[in-house]
Amino acid sequence: MTHASIEKTGVIRALGLLSGGLDSTLAARLLLEQGIEVGCVNFHTGFCIQSHTSAIRNPKPGAPPPRHDALHAAQSLGVKLHMVDISSDYVRIVTDPKHGYGKNLNPCLDCKIFMVAKAWAMAKELGYHFIFSGEVLGQRPMSQRRDTFPVIDREAGVKGWLLRPLTALRMPETEPEKMGWVDRSRLEGFNGRGRKPQMALAKKLAITDYPSPAGGCCFLTDENYTRKLRDLWAYRNNRDYSMEDILLLKAGRHIRPAPHFKLMIGRDQSENLFLSGFRKGRMTIQTKNTPGPLTLVEGEITAAEDRLLACRIAARYSKGKDLPTVQLTVDDGNVTEVVEVTPLPAHELPDHWHV
Amino acid sequence: MSDYDLEVDARGLLCPLPILKSDQAMTTLPTQGKICVLATDPGIERDLPAWCAVNGHILVSMTQQGRHWRAIVEKGS
Ligand code: SF4
Repeated sequence: MTHASIEKTGVIRALGLLSGGLDSTLAARLLLEQGIEVGCVNFHTGFCIQSHTSAIRNPKPGAPPPRHDALHAAQSLGVKLHMVDISSDYVRIVTDPKHGYGKNLNPCLDCKIFMVAKAWAMAKELGYHFIFSGEVLGQRPMSQRRDTFPVIDREAGVKGWLLRPLTALRMPETEPEKMGWVDRSRLEGFNGRGRKPQMALAKKLAITDYPSPAGGCCFLTDENYTRKLRDLWAYRNNRDYSMEDILLLKAGRHIRPAPHFKLMIGRDQSENLFLSGFRKGRMTIQTKNTPGPLTLVEGEITAAEDRLLACRIAARYSKGKDLPTVQLTVDDGNVTEVVEVTPLPAHELPDHWHV
Repeated sequence: MSDYDLEVDARGLLCPLPILKSDQAMTTLPTQGKICVLATDPGIERDLPAWCAVNGHILVSMTQQGRHWRAIVEKGS
C-alpha cells in the first residue's frame, strides 16, 4: 500500500510485533487510541517457553488450560493476528548468529533483526504503512539498548519505519511521526528495566489481563536449556537441530553416561506421556514390576555393558531404586526383552553425567 | 458425506502448532469452507476459540474425549 492509499481512505495502518506480554500490548493500545488501524504478527521460533512448558506439564486440576499469550492479547485488543512459523529459517539464527549470543544461547540481536525484517516485508505485502514494537530502551541487555536499536533498524532495512511507542520520546522521530500519521505527544518515553510505568499505563488503559513478565521470551535465555543444547551440539559434532531435538530438550532428566548416548527420563506422569510421543527410532526402557518413569535412549547402544548401564540408571529413578533388583522392558524398535538389573546406587552416578 | 472439507491432524503437536496448522489449512479454503481439527494439547481449548474470534471464523463445534479434542471451524469472510 502506498501513501496515496492514506490520502484516499484516510486510514493509517500499522503492523506490530506482538508477543502477548504487557509491553507489546501497550504499544498496540497506544496506537489504537490514536485511531490507527492495527494488525499484529507473532512469530513461532520453536523455542517459545510458555507454550511448550505448559503443554508438557499438566495443568493443576481445576486450573484453566494453558493459552497462547499473543492470541489472547490480540483478541482483547480486537486486532488481527498473523501467526507465522519461522522455525526452519530460524535455525540459521540460532546456530550462527552474526552478532553472537547473550548470556546463554540467546541470539537476541540477530533474532530481533530477523523478526523486524520479516514483519516489514509482511507489512509491505499486506498494506500496512509502518511497523511497531513494544521494545523499551534499556530493558534488555542485548537487544534493547541505545546503540543496538539503530543496528536493528539498519540491518532489518526498516530505518525510520519502526516505531517504538513506549520509548519513542527518547528516540529520534520516525517517519510516521514526521508525516503526522502518529501524534508523538501521545507516545511514551519509558526507559530501563523497571515495570512501574508500564503497570501504571496498563491501569490507565484498563488493561488487567496480561501475563506476568518472564525473564525472556524464549528457552534460549534459559541456562539449563542452553546447557542441554550445547551438549547436543558438542556430541553430535555439528550445530544443526530438528524440531524434535529442541522439543526433547524441554522435558525430562537428561543423563549422558558416555559420549555416544544420552538418557532422557520422565520426571512425572506428564513428562512420561510427553516422552512417549518420541519413542519412534529410539530405544525405550520401562520398569516392569515396579512403577517407574519412561526412559528414552538417544544414540546407538549396542554394547552389552552400555545397555546394562542404561537399564541400571533407569531403574535408579524408579520406585524400586532400593530393591536388590528391578525388572525392566527394553524395546529397541525391533526386539523387546525383559531384563533384571540392580539399580545404580547414587555414588556410582557422577554429577557430570547430568546434562 | 463428511461435515468438513479438510482435516487438520494436530495430534501430538504442542501449542501453538495446532493453531498454525489450522491457519495454514484455512488459507486454502473459500469462505464457509470447514476444517476439522484433531488435537491432544489442552491449549486448544482456549486457543482455538480465540483464534476464531481474532480471524472472524466460526467455531461450529468442539468436543473432548479424555485428552483428545475434535473441532469444526468454518471460515469467516
Ligand atoms: S529472548 Fe529469544 S525470542 Fe526474545 S529476542 Fe532473544 S532470542 Fe529472540
